[in-house]
Amino acid sequence: MSAIDLVALAGAHRAEVDRQMTVCNACRYCEGLCAVFPAMELRKTFTAGDLDYLSNLCHNCGACYYDCQYAPPHEFAINVPVAMADLREDTYAAYAWPGAVAPLFRVNGLFIALALVLAVAVFVAGFALMADSDALFRAGIEPGAFYRVMPHNTMVVLFGGAFLFAIISIALSVRRFWRAAGPIPVTLPSLWRAMRDAGSLRYLDGGGTGCNNKGERPDNRRRLYHHLTFYGFLLCLASTTTGTIFHYLLDWPAPYPWWTPVKIFGVTGGIGLVIGPLGLMRERAVRAGVISTGNRGLGAAFLWVLILLGATGLLLTALRATPAMGLLLAVHLGVVFAFFITMPYGKFVHGLYRFAALTRHAHEQITAHGTITDPPRQPLPRTT
Amino acid sequence: MTRYDVLIAGGGNAALSAAISAARDGARVCIVEAAPRAWRGGNTRHTRNCRIAHDAGNGILTGPYPVAEYTEDLMRVTGGVTDEELAAITLERSREVWDFLAGNGVHFQPSLGGTLSLGRTNAFFMGGGRAMLNALYRTAEDLGVDVFYDTAVTALRIEDGFFVSATVTENWQSETPRPREIGARCFVAASGGFEANIEWLTDAWGPAARNFLIRGTPYNTGGVLRLLMESGIRTTGQPDQCHAVAVDGRAPKFDGGIVTRLDCVPFGIVVNAHAERFYDEGEDFWPKRYAIWGRLVAAQPEQIGHVIIDAKSIDLFMPSVFPPEKADTLEELATRIGLDPARLCETVARFNVACIPGDFDHTTHDTCRTEGLDPPKSHWARPIETGPFYAYTLRPGITFTYMGVKVNRDARMVMQDGTASPNLFAAGEIMAGNILGQGYLAGIGMTIGTVFGRIAGTEAARYVSN
Repeated sequence: MSAIDLVALAGAHRAEVDRQMTVCNACRYCEGLCAVFPAMELRKTFTAGDLDYLSNLCHNCGACYYDCQYAPPHEFAINVPVAMADLREDTYAAYAWPGAVAPLFRVNGLFIALALVLAVAVFVAGFALMADSDALFRAGIEPGAFYRVMPHNTMVVLFGGAFLFAIISIALSVRRFWRAAGPIPVTLPSLWRAMRDAGSLRYLDGGGTGCNNKGERPDNRRRLYHHLTFYGFLLCLASTTTGTIFHYLLDWPAPYPWWTPVKIFGVTGGIGLVIGPLGLMRERAVRAGVISTGNRGLGAAFLWVLILLGATGLLLTALRATPAMGLLLAVHLGVVFAFFITMPYGKFVHGLYRFAALTRHAHEQITAHGTITDPPRQPLPRTT
Repeated sequence: MTRYDVLIAGGGNAALSAAISAARDGARVCIVEAAPRAWRGGNTRHTRNCRIAHDAGNGILTGPYPVAEYTEDLMRVTGGVTDEELAAITLERSREVWDFLAGNGVHFQPSLGGTLSLGRTNAFFMGGGRAMLNALYRTAEDLGVDVFYDTAVTALRIEDGFFVSATVTENWQSETPRPREIGARCFVAASGGFEANIEWLTDAWGPAARNFLIRGTPYNTGGVLRLLMESGIRTTGQPDQCHAVAVDGRAPKFDGGIVTRLDCVPFGIVVNAHAERFYDEGEDFWPKRYAIWGRLVAAQPEQIGHVIIDAKSIDLFMPSVFPPEKADTLEELATRIGLDPARLCETVARFNVACIPGDFDHTTHDTCRTEGLDPPKSHWARPIETGPFYAYTLRPGITFTYMGVKVNRDARMVMQDGTASPNLFAAGEIMAGNILGQGYLAGIGMTIGTVFGRIAGTEAARYVSN
């Protein structure tokens, strides 16, 4: 699909969010549910940047659909979760840098699957052709064993380069997204607030009752699985970071024994990174049809990459003393490499757009009201 | 014939409060809801709070609202047209409403944005009335209450004020309605008013009623009320009594709900189909006046009004769901909304000349008023002269009707001869007129529904167990 079609599609999805927000802004019954509605109330009309911002504030809990007196079959046909999700996926493409890559979001599942297969194939082939002839089938737990398969400096250049590219690309994309909704200062209080709101997934609970993923009976499973995924990912990052410190500051090359922080972070993170995305996949499978969107593959592709990241890492740790080590290292590195280069062009960016939107929301609310209204504590607990 | 202990007609707050109360007391309960599942809940769908007495704020309610103050408020708005015994029960037992609803899964939120004035007196449902309904339905289902949707009560077998059975018709709106008999030891009527029954409104109001818009559910057609009246139940209130506000004339015929309200009247002038003004637009703050404008517009030719405002005022009120008509000149605006341009210009010119300069402040009763104009505009009067000009159309929007069945303190229906039925109960809008005989008090309808729903459910279960 061409870039022009993407623009037209984004226009249609924006127009729909604009139409729905105009109805919502005259109703406001949902203002306690999440951040979207208080942000909406600060505006009487909506620019394209405003709508893109609102779509990324939405955590897709579905509560406002089930609570809405204007949801279909009402002729106003209000379905904010679906309208927001449709536009949100458009925004990842619309603000992606460089702009020419936008079509990758249309066929995201295919793109990421290809990137994975190619990267793994290249690493396996590369090991087979360029390293020692038996590198692929070598076991190793002694320090430096991995680097006899692939020299450390090669690894650093290759992965450092890919990671740097991803960071720059994402930073430029988020900056475009940020500017589209109007320039505002980035303040420490709003950043702190956004970190807390993102870290706790504060807006994934329908104002306290839970996420309506499955329908009229809310629960908190999506939040649990997302926490496992996100904090699993952070632990894996911590593992890599401590590994780098071990390597350069302590002059202690990988692999590491089980009791080192590198391993403890890596293994617990890896477990989270497998269980979390599997749970999120299950939640996608049981999601109520009325609040599900047409699937462009972003979510599934991203979850598969995370599962592969976690699973290959855990397998490598478990089987590194066997002749499977070489092949597993090639596969794991291939997955990591594919993850890095596809980071800016898949669901990964949702976290950064969401964080940017939460930062803007915090700043706006603090400016307009002096504070953000905290979710009310219910004087009585739910008994049913 | 299927048999239950308690058969409840209706599917809103009152019906569910009755069902949950009766089921918790051990009764076998079924709910017969005329609306399809997607439209369940009557006008509860469109509500968002209930007015409850309490001795202290609780972190969400911002301060105390003693029963005495609540009573004063009720007496003021009704002008004393209330059954004082039932009113006292309602307001006293409104203290229990929060705990009852919260205990059955309803969450509350502080009043935000445009409703701060109610933050002390009214408990707002998190997510609004439909969220509240969903919680009550979940609880009722968990308690084993059977709910039949798209099923209307089409006949009642009542012998000398004693309920025997009901004919309920599934798919009653389809070409293949399926009537069946349900026997029960008690019947609770919680089926709302008759404001969606245009024929009935026309009987009371004349042909003007055909131009009324119904703000709430189209399923409040008063079928059960009619059956009860035919069975010798005493009524309260008059059929032409209804809560009528001015809403956007482009609203859907039914279920437009809250978004069709317009808050712009005090900022401009309102003219009728002949481009003439007919009432003081600046008499008082809009929240104190919006409920009289339904009747004012209903009394005008074709039951239509047009608010004319200029660029100075367009940003001073809540955004509306429908964009206004907009034109650079008054003549063009008049043409667009079907008014005689010359007459509109003349009306505006006369108004503009009559405006005496003052300090405009829409948050106080300011000094901007007209002089020598009939009818006057007492506040917020500023010449309409700055283009572009805007027009909103007004129609009478009916919120609810007041006429219903007479009940006693047990929520038992009262017969024509003054005796109470042993096993016929009523709760909610169908009996709210006992307490709110006239006027309006935000959030009291839901309170009456919950309080009398609980009473009806509890009394029905007690009758069953005896």
